[in-house]
Amino acid sequence: MKLSSKKTILALAVSVGLGAAFTANAGNEVVIGDIDDMSGLYADVIGQGGIEAVKMAISDFGPTVLGKKIVFLSADHQNKPDVGSAKFREWADKNELNMLLGGSNTGVSLAMAKVAGEKKVPFIAVGAAGSSLTNQDCNAYIVHYSYDTTSLANGTASVITKEGGKSWYFLTADYAFGTQLQDAATKVVNANGGKSVGSVRVPLSASDFSSFLLQAQGSKAQVLGLANAGNDFTNSLKAANEFGITKTMKPAALLAFISDIHSLGLQTAQGLYLTTGWYWDLNADTRAFGKRYFEKMRKEPTMNQAAYYSATMTYLNAVKAAKTTDSDKVMEELHKIKINDMFVKGGYIRADGVMIHDMYVMQVKTPQESQYPWDYYKVVKRMPGEEAFGPLSDSTCPLVKKK
Amino acid sequence: MTELLGFPIQVILGQLLLGLVNGCFYAMLSLGLAVIFGLLGVVNFAHGAFYMLGAYGTWALLNYLGIGYWGALALSPLGVGILGIVLERTMLKRLTQVDPLYGLLLTFGLSLIAEGFIREAFGASGQTYPVPELLQGAVNVGFMILPIYRVWVIVASLMVCLITWFVLERTRLGSTLRAATENPKLVQAFGINVPRMVSLTYAAGVALAAFAGVLSAPIIQVSPLMGSSLVIVVFAVVVIGGMGSIMGAILSGLMLGVIEGFTKVLYPEASNIVVFLIMAIVLCWRPNGLFGKG
Repeated sequence: MKLSSKKTILALAVSVGLGAAFTANAGNEVVIGDIDDMSGLYADVIGQGGIEAVKMAISDFGPTVLGKKIVFLSADHQNKPDVGSAKFREWADKNELNMLLGGSNTGVSLAMAKVAGEKKVPFIAVGAAGSSLTNQDCNAYIVHYSYDTTSLANGTASVITKEGGKSWYFLTADYAFGTQLQDAATKVVNANGGKSVGSVRVPLSASDFSSFLLQAQGSKAQVLGLANAGNDFTNSLKAANEFGITKTMKPAALLAFISDIHSLGLQTAQGLYLTTGWYWDLNADTRAFGKRYFEKMRKEPTMNQAAYYSATMTYLNAVKAAKTTDSDKVMEELHKIKINDMFVKGGYIRADGVMIHDMYVMQVKTPQESQYPWDYYKVVKRMPGEEAFGPLSDSTCPLVKKK
Repeated sequence: MTELLGFPIQVILGQLLLGLVNGCFYAMLSLGLAVIFGLLGVVNFAHGAFYMLGAYGTWALLNYLGIGYWGALALSPLGVGILGIVLERTMLKRLTQVDPLYGLLLTFGLSLIAEGFIREAFGASGQTYPVPELLQGAVNVGFMILPIYRVWVIVASLMVCLITWFVLERTRLGSTLRAATENPKLVQAFGINVPRMVSLTYAAGVALAAFAGVLSAPIIQVSPLMGSSLVIVVFAVVVIGGMGSIMGAILSGLMLGVIEGFTKVLYPEASNIVVFLIMAIVLCWRPNGLFGKG
């Protein structure tokens, strides 16, 4: 290779230098961070919209808390655990980060959760689904705010199994999220008299699902359990329709956001069951937030974007009540606080870190049923928090056992 | 029911057919890449981005101009081809005298820019594009239900690949092109406008990528990331076939689509990496690729 190595190194150094953060916290600031998938397959679930939601929360709360200015940092983890955890460490060490909001991707969030325990920085995981964050992977600084694989399974899987879908075949994203979701759903299916007849693990961001779907069809199961999300979910559902699989198997969207339904269109998505923690059209409060968000982003918010707003407000309220940003005192306050806002009513953070709140099983409307833009869901079932997230006694979190 | 390797023959045939469909995509994409590298010496990392732009062009033609699929098959590659000419004239031309690595860096950067723009404009979730009416429905071929649209994909891509190979290897235009890239000065002395041929070749290569994009729009969500996950695999395919060998690109594309299809049945978790494993093995055994000229 004739390329001059000196020039390469210089060029790389300059670009890294330009990209590096150059701010240092002055100690009289409260620093909130957001590490999320900003450019990959999950970028529409939280992404830029999540950043807007946090900014809205900071502006609603007031630019300061306890006399300190609220600073907001955001970064792209590119769905790589090493990138996410490295950024978290950097912010904790150099920018005196006070709280981190965790974006999409369970794998990255698990890596960041470890850093949270190490650096003793409160970590509010919103985007990650993996329930292990509040079970075997829990620590004293994690709050799992919006939803998790347990509640998703307790919602969608139980409704479909009770309606007659007894045999399940899973199409699973081959990483922590997919496998935890499949496990949770299988447990619920078994508990309701059904069984899993097989599964296939698909690499993340596969471009073609036809081959895996053919295997699903060959299993002769009644239900096609889609244990994936984002573009993986929309592509696999589209292919399932194309191959006529949805005629013989019922598709179960174990994790779907309103952004996915919007991009699929009601023609393809109609009739799907999915579980969500929040929907913009539930009541006057949710609609009001939806309207404000729509004015900025020209789309309705997903449950996680709304959760970003709520989590930021809850954290700032906890800091105010604790009269300090000290992590342990704030965590103690977070476990005492009652959350009543447009995201939840009567929500609270349990000993294992789960934010207990109602979850909703929705069915996607048909194109005829939908009356106005983004009118996509009808409520099938409202699950009270303890039912959705399971009893505390089921938790394998060491913190719980010690008490 | 007869079995092969522990799987029913139905399953094997079904996966073979699906692998063939994917193989056709790989063949068409690697053909464009091989043409560009073989004739221009440019490692076109933007190939995935052109594929993505071809798909977005199809979607845009329908949603903004009301032009359907059949019009898009011609117009989208044309539009992308014109973009290719602009790119080649303004930027790539300046890199012909230097290490191919610069062309790789430039085209890689361009693909990031293209992805970023599209993501800003349309979001990352992607858009839906309907299967054209004429090709809707599926046919029961005994061992599986095959959507008619996938049959069309096989037919269209094989046709385009064969036409391209024929033009390049068996016509006067093709031989002039090959001569022009081997010895531009001599060919220019004969009065042939070599820079124009080079631009048109680049345009044709990226138009092939765009054509693949049009074909895939009804099958997968038209998203800004659709090209980046595919382009790395396509590069591996071209390397396996031999950089610069047209027939090599087509054949390895088809072959690897089928092999990947089998991996999805035998050990699905490895289906992402099997192409690279094969590339590593082939390079150890035949460093110029299976059909490469060296």
